[in-house]
Amino acid sequence: MTYEEKSVSSKFSDEIRHRLGGETIAFCYQCGTCASSCPVAKVTDKYNPREIIKLSLLGARKEIVAGDTIWLCCSCYNCQERCPQEVEIADVIYTLRNIAIQEGNVPDIYVAFAEGISNEGRIVPVSKFAEKKREEYGLPPIKPANMDALRKILQATSFSKIQFKKGEAQ
Amino acid sequence: MTSYALFLGCTIPARQPHYELSARKALPKLGIDLVDLDNMTCCAPPPLQSIDLETSLAIAAYNICLAEEADLNIVTLCTGCFESLAMANTMLKENNELRERINKILSNAGKEFKGSKEVKHYLQVLMKDVGLEQVKSQVTNPLNNLKIAAFSGCHLLRPSKLLRFDDPERPRIFDDLIEALGSESIWYRNKLKCCGGLLRGYADDLALQIAKEKIVNAKKAGADCISTLCPFCFVALDMGQLQIRAKFKEEYDMPVLHYAELLALALGIEPKELALESHKIKTDKLLQKIV
Repeated sequence: MTYEEKSVSSKFSDEIRHRLGGETIAFCYQCGTCASSCPVAKVTDKYNPREIIKLSLLGARKEIVAGDTIWLCCSCYNCQERCPQEVEIADVIYTLRNIAIQEGNVPDIYVAFAEGISNEGRIVPVSKFAEKKREEYGLPPIKPANMDALRKILQATSFSKIQFKKGEAQ
Repeated sequence: MTSYALFLGCTIPARQPHYELSARKALPKLGIDLVDLDNMTCCAPPPLQSIDLETSLAIAAYNICLAEEADLNIVTLCTGCFESLAMANTMLKENNELRERINKILSNAGKEFKGSKEVKHYLQVLMKDVGLEQVKSQVTNPLNNLKIAAFSGCHLLRPSKLLRFDDPERPRIFDDLIEALGSESIWYRNKLKCCGGLLRGYADDLALQIAKEKIVNAKKAGADCISTLCPFCFVALDMGQLQIRAKFKEEYDMPVLHYAELLALALGIEPKELALESHKIKTDKLLQKIV
């Protein structure tokens, strides 16, 4: 394994620190409280939050961004809750995913989420069957999202610059 | 009556009529008026935060703006919606720089986040607005014989720094509200641990393994059912049991009910009004115990 820099202030860790969600990464002192609190790390050795933070701090950008480990976080926030250094670990993972997605590493399920947002303003589509069922149960019709407003918001953020294609993730 | 803008989110209206029906029937009985606002979008939960944090904050803020304009606080049923909206609300209220950045985006849609409203989960509304004693006094059909394994889901409690709902390691609110219905909220191993729900669709095997542990622990502790608040936890544990049966050849037959369903039953609402047939794990035996 080669690192860009053998220091805890690698170019990659600086990149992360300057992005939304990544601000606290450099506070990590590798105690492992995160890994021992992680429900995913308990069932697979493919995922270890301490390891992800370590590799990020050491500048292993390609390994992290193009790899699949960052997608195994289940966003439970247990690590973040317990971190004695107040590293916002779950948020750092989001930041790493944001970088990965901008560079084209988009797992198929996230392509589907993005399509849902872009087309209907919701990540779970409403089927005709569900609408009919709602009527039978006496539930009110689902009010549509304001797509005009939503598109303007998406247009003003980096969401609109992301290429969402299925089958491209590494 | 206290009025709230009801934020339904995506999953509940599309897939869980039992949750929506029970909440729409039970909460007004306790003096909570639910208002359906126009134009609301997805809350921008973890899947969207994974795509782009700035976008997700802007979308959450857009929805809060709609409530601000209607002069209503928001109540959510889904803990995922609660987390996304409450996190955004706190972050934008307390970080001026971030608020300016998000407001610049929102200005394209003619909106401005002012920070004048609260985002609450319905358990908070029951605890603070209605009060435990009032909930107890309205129970006409106490669920006396039930041992319930409460599972709040992660995003009701964490990150506690922003959500400020309950003690993240020793929460009590959900248990107290379960006991207000006459039932017992039991302890079970790894009660606060995640159900793995958000890994479904990406790493299904791992998700199922984590969900299975939850069900096994509730079963071992003698639970009659698991009670959830989050539609994703519900799917992981209810539908999850069918997948566990197929994959591991193990049968647990552990009903999973959202708290709103238990509340509706305790308030005397007829089971046939609650679309309980939408559960994969049937609730018949459980109903026999309480009716």
